Parts: sequence; structure tokens; C-alpha cells
Amino acid sequence: MPTDTITNTSRPRPVQPVLSHMACRAVQPLLSRVVKRIAKNHETMFNRLGAHQTTDFLIDPIEFPFALHLRPDPENLIFRAVPRDAAPVAGAVIRGRFKLLLELMDSEEDGDAAFFSRDLEITGDTEAVVRLRNALDDVDGSIAEEAADLFGAPGRAILRRLRLSYNATPKTGMQQ
Amino acid sequence: MMTKLSLGPITYHWDEDQRRDFYARIADESPIDEVYLGEVICSKRSAFQHAQLPEIIERLERGGKTVILSSLAEVMLKRERKATSDLAELNSPEIEINNAAGLLARGHRPHRIGPFMNAYNEATIGFMATKGATHVCLPAELPGDAVAVAAKAARDLGLGVEVQVFGRASLAVSARCYHARAHGRTKDNCQFVCEEDPDGLPLTTQDGQPILRVNGIQTQSNSYLTLLPEIKALVAAGVSHMRLMPQRVDMVAVAREYRAVLDGTRSPQAAEEALGLLCQGTSFSNGFYYGKAGYRRIAQAARA
Amino acid sequence: MSLAELICPAGTPAALRTAVDAGADAVYCGFQDATNARNFPGLNFTPEELEASVAYAHARGAKVLLALNTYPPAGKVDLWRQAADKGAQFGVDAFIVADMGVAEYIARTYPHIRLHLSVQAAASSPEAIRYYCENFGVKRVVLPRILTIPEIREIRKEIPCEIETFIFGNHGLMVEGRCSLTNYLTGQSTNLDGVCSPASDVEYIRHSDGSMSSKLGGFTIDSFGPEEKAGYPTICKGRYTVPHRTDGYYAFEEPISLNLARLLPDLIDAGVHAFKIEGRQRSKSYVRSVVSSFRNAVDDIRAGRTADIANLVALTEGQKQTQGAFATKKWR
Repeated sequence: MPTDTITNTSRPRPVQPVLSHMACRAVQPLLSRVVKRIAKNHETMFNRLGAHQTTDFLIDPIEFPFALHLRPDPENLIFRAVPRDAAPVAGAVIRGRFKLLLELMDSEEDGDAAFFSRDLEITGDTEAVVRLRNALDDVDGSIAEEAADLFGAPGRAILRRLRLSYNATPKTGMQQ
Repeated sequence: MMTKLSLGPITYHWDEDQRRDFYARIADESPIDEVYLGEVICSKRSAFQHAQLPEIIERLERGGKTVILSSLAEVMLKRERKATSDLAELNSPEIEINNAAGLLARGHRPHRIGPFMNAYNEATIGFMATKGATHVCLPAELPGDAVAVAAKAARDLGLGVEVQVFGRASLAVSARCYHARAHGRTKDNCQFVCEEDPDGLPLTTQDGQPILRVNGIQTQSNSYLTLLPEIKALVAAGVSHMRLMPQRVDMVAVAREYRAVLDGTRSPQAAEEALGLLCQGTSFSNGFYYGKAGYRRIAQAARA
Repeated sequence: MSLAELICPAGTPAALRTAVDAGADAVYCGFQDATNARNFPGLNFTPEELEASVAYAHARGAKVLLALNTYPPAGKVDLWRQAADKGAQFGVDAFIVADMGVAEYIARTYPHIRLHLSVQAAASSPEAIRYYCENFGVKRVVLPRILTIPEIREIRKEIPCEIETFIFGNHGLMVEGRCSLTNYLTGQSTNLDGVCSPASDVEYIRHSDGSMSSKLGGFTIDSFGPEEKAGYPTICKGRYTVPHRTDGYYAFEEPISLNLARLLPDLIDAGVHAFKIEGRQRSKSYVRSVVSSFRNAVDDIRAGRTADIANLVALTEGQKQTQGAFATKKWR
């Protein structure tokens, strides 16, 4: 049974449902392309997931108008944008600011450290999250950059701008 | 060979009178065959015991009990190293070793392997036997199927095999004293505050669930580990000694229940009921034996 | 002066490469099973991965130490022997062991490969260490994190092998290899299964007032106020009550990290041969920053320069840190 967890992380911003659905439709082709490529480049990553290849993960960047649904099943890979009001019942939820999630994906940030500071919020099956974290951690280089590369120079420019803009934003979470 | 009942060393800091009275009853009234003596947990307490040992040994031997002296589990300080090597020089009574420092001092002379020695498997037991081990007490967390394999291997080598069947399980030891810490003191300045808790200091979760017991540097289970319906299988596996750990209950009565179950004059169920009355307020557990969480009590129906 | 080798953790092949590239003298790691004490989900090496990783490390002058530091339960010893066989086949530089049966097998079968005594063996006196040296030819002991530096210096004089000490990371305070707390609450054993507070038994519960509880096996290990820093539910880092202290207190230890950065020169002077960084379960980013920082510090000290300690002290990023038992026996 997934249980609910709290940190002092801000709650997701309320977004008009219509806008949220539109945003999801807009980014979906992009997401599909990205995840297929990453999966192809890093086939062994899936082994570390064990039985959790078929677990539904909800990755929830709090400042986005939508959340991301990931089922890391190499046979039937799902990575899609979902409006929060239509999100599936997930085995595990990972919630935090987008930049932190991006850094975690690339192992730039240490998951333990983020969790201890409560900038990251984990709900549901803790083992699933630990497996996903360890699977991603065994990927050399940057998944974010690999994804950006898919879209050539404009993609890399967007990622650069994203990182910069977040660095300029003060964090909302509690900082020691 | 008849299965023997043994009494493990007192892990708590009972005072002299309590010890004297306790062992007098064990000597005179209990069906216990072998008694382990000596301070195993805290070297600071050893001094209290030391002076009294000859008297207690004599009393127990007069009652027909075999006495074995147990060594410290944690050996780091000079006084602990000395206590361990001194013990290793004894020819009689027998000794039980709980730390590798004791094994070094003992060399190839005969000795028993205590529950803190981590004799988990047949390879380790086999090695220990080549070094003079005559008897091995298996760790409390070893599941029943592994106990059976280990016991067979040990018996084939001619060793006695012992398993704890009653009392709080030792779950951890540390260099730090948690009794002292609970009272805002350090180990060096503990003023023997552990004496206030002759059955351990109960730790409770913040939502009110009893969980562990603190006994100086040792952490114990809150529940009494209790194997009774399992005794038949233990005997069949070759376990030669059933160990009862001294708790603050009528240990003579507890020992009688176990003896009766071993002799087949009492059913495990009846003995469990009797133990329930003798140990009111304390829960029983047998999870380790079934490879489950140690605090759990696996019901009879679920065992098959 | 000792060589002061830097021994670094690797939970995945990528972390191993990161550690080697960041200047590790040696990396320690384990297989994906109960044969090592960090048998965590999604962590560790397949035999193929270990083989490739040994080649990677050796090509760059780094050693690989294989952790076989758990205790086989009776009837399952073969799994540990097979792990040793694979390690030997792949050319690991040393085995880190705790169980006497495992040590005896390796000493007999692979006498040319070094044996290191794991902290899991809990050898905390010269006599205990010498027992393992004399019987199994142990070349190095990893000391429990319970000794002061003067005590380490004394031990050094009385043993025939090298000393490795932890200098950074998770601060274990129970005698390692003698702890079945996790097994008591979860049915998975630290000694037998290589598991400590398994994620599969962990739950975080949110309460309506914004506070949170962390649970293990259904037992509340700690509770956190809305503004309080949360921690993983490790039993020995939890808060409990006793009859005379009804507010939860850290009965064993606070969630705290060991950081001996300031003591490095003293440790080298005391004759410590190797410094161990804890954290096979931590991420590459942790490995990269911690290993490179300590690499610089150790190189500075060995060259007679003043090491940039401030940098190392900052590594715990706001986490509480301690010098544990190393600085004072008052810790006990």
C-alpha cells in the first residue's frame, strides 16, 4: 500500500486542468523519443531494477504543470506526461524541484543528501526508488545531455538555459 | 544421550545478594545440568563478580551442576585483554570463549565456543574444532534449517551443540554504554546505573510500541525468545544443550517446564501456557527460528 | 610514514570508474548477493561487470578488493566459496573477509591472494587481530570505529599486519558483525544476508500536521517535525523513549557522519596504512567529490604541505558530523 510522505517541499502548483492536458499533449512526442533513445543506449541499466521493471513510478516536478509517469519495462517502456488529476496509482512517487530531479538523474546530486535535507520526497515502495536510483547511477555521463543532444544545438541550448535559470532561482525547500 | 539444560551467564548487573540467592536456588531446586558464570557484557562490572565466583562455583558444584566460565564478548581495553587471557589459562572449570582474543590465548587447549563467536556454519565450526573447540553455542538469529545443518556437522566432529531456547536475545553490542547514555553519563562515569534495571531498560518507540532492551553496552530483544514446540526438532537435529538465559522471573520454574518438555512429560503447549503465567507482561518470540522477523511469534498453525 | 592508501567504495561499475578516475588507490566492491554486507537492491556487480571493472582499475594502476564479508549460514557456504573462486579468476587484489570458514577456504585455495580482515570480524584488540593473522595469513585489518588514535598507535606496535581505518561516511556504532537488530525487525539478517534496514521494509508516513514518521518493519524508528531534517530509518539512529525520558531521544546515536579529515595527519603518524571511505550505497556524485577531496588532502600531507581541510569538512553538506571514538574516549 503506497503511503503518503511529507517533506517541507512545496506542494505542486495548482494548474488549470485544461492547460495541464494541453501541455501533456505537447511534450509527449518529445518524451517518447528521449526515453527510447536512452533505453537503447543503456540496456544493462534495466537489470538493476529487478522486479521493479513493471512498477509504475510517478516523477513529480513540483513547478511543472504535469507529472511524469515512468514504467521502466524494457518490453513495454512507458514515459509520459500526465496531468496530476489523471495520474495513475503509482507504486512509488518521487517529488521535488525539477532541477533537483534532473541532477539526481545525472548523479550530480547525491540522493541521500537530498533526502536528508527533505528537498526530495519519496512515497510508496522505497525499494523501487532505491533500485531506480541505483540503475540510473550506473549510467556513465549525463542522461540529460544525451537527451538534449537528440535535438541538436537547440536542445543543448535549452538544457543550458534551464540549468542557468534554476541556479538563479532561490530554493524554496529548507536549506541548512 | 539425554539432552541437557544449561543456564547462560547473567547478562545484567544484579547485586551480590541477588546472585547468591539466585544460584543457591538453581543449585538446590532446578533441573539445570550446566551453568555458565562470569561477566560477558561489561568489564567494569567484572570486579563485583570476581570476588564472589569461588563461592558460587562451589555452591553449584555441590548441587551437582557443571560450571563453565564465560569470557567477555567485547575485548578492547587493557583490563578486558587481561581478563580474557587470565581466563584462558584456567584448566578447570571449563571455559566458554566469546572473543577471538580468547581463542588466541587458549591455543589448542579445549574450550567451548560462545554465542558471540559467530559460529554460523559447518566450515567455521570445522575450523574451530581443529583448534580445540569441544562445544559450540550457535548464534540466536540462525534459522532452524541452518541450525540443523550446523548441529549435524558439529556432532559428527564430536562437539556439543547448544541453542538458546529461553530469554532475551542479544541483538547487538557496542563500545558505547547506552545505559550510561540514557542517564546523560559516559561509560567511564556510569556509576553502575544499569543496576537499576535487572531485566534491562525498556526502549519504546515514540508511538508507544515496546521494541528493545538496553543492558549496558548490549542491546537485547524486548521479547523473550522462546522455543518450545521447536524443541523436538532441535533434539532430532542433534542439539545437545538447550540454553536458558537468566531473566528476572522464577527461573527454577521456567527450567522445570523445559525439562518436562524434554522428558516428554509435558506438552509444549501446556509449557507455553505455564511460561505465559511465569513471565507476565513480557511477549514471546520465535521469529528467528523460522527465518522471519525475530520479534514475531509464529503461531503453531502456521508452522507446518 | 605509511603509504596512506585511499580505499574507496563502488556500488556499481560506473561508481568504480568514477572512484578510480578520482584517484582511488583501491576500490572495494561486492557481488549482487548475500556474500557482502551491502547487499542492497539494484546495487553491486555481476561477475561480468566485476571482470571488466578489475581490468579497468588495473589498467589505471588501482587495486580492486572484493568484499566477502558476511557470514554464510550452515548449508550455504558454497555461495561464498564460488564468489571467492570468481574473484580469484578475475584477478582481484584482495578479499575482505569476516567468517573463519570463508577465510580458511581462501587461505588454503588462493594463498597468493591477500586477505583483509573486515570490520565485520570485530577484531578490536591486538590478540584478536593476531589470531586471524596467525591462522589465515591476514595481511590487513580494518579496525572497528571504536578506538582512539592512541589506542590505534598501541595496536600497531603489537600486530604483524597493516591497519585500515574508516575516515569518512556512515558512522556505525554497534560492534559490526555482532548486530542482528535488522533481523529482529525484518527477518533479513545483516550478518547472513548482508542487509541493514532493507528498503523493502521501509515506510515513510505523513501525518496531517506536516510531521513524518519513518518506519522499519512496522516499527516507528523516528518522527520528524515539519521543519526537521528527515533520516533513513536505521534502528541504531532512531529515537525512542525510556521510562525516565518520555520525550524520544537518540538512545544509541544521532544520525551523524564520520569525518576524520582533521585527524588525517595524526592517523598517518599513528601508522595507519590505508584510509577507507564508507558508502557503496551512495551515488557517483558522492564518490567523485569525497574521493577527489581526500586524494588531494592525502597527497598534500604526504608531500609535507598543509592540506585543505576546510574542503573536506564541507563534504557532509550540513549533515552533522563527528570524529566518533577516534578523538576521545568520552564518546563511549
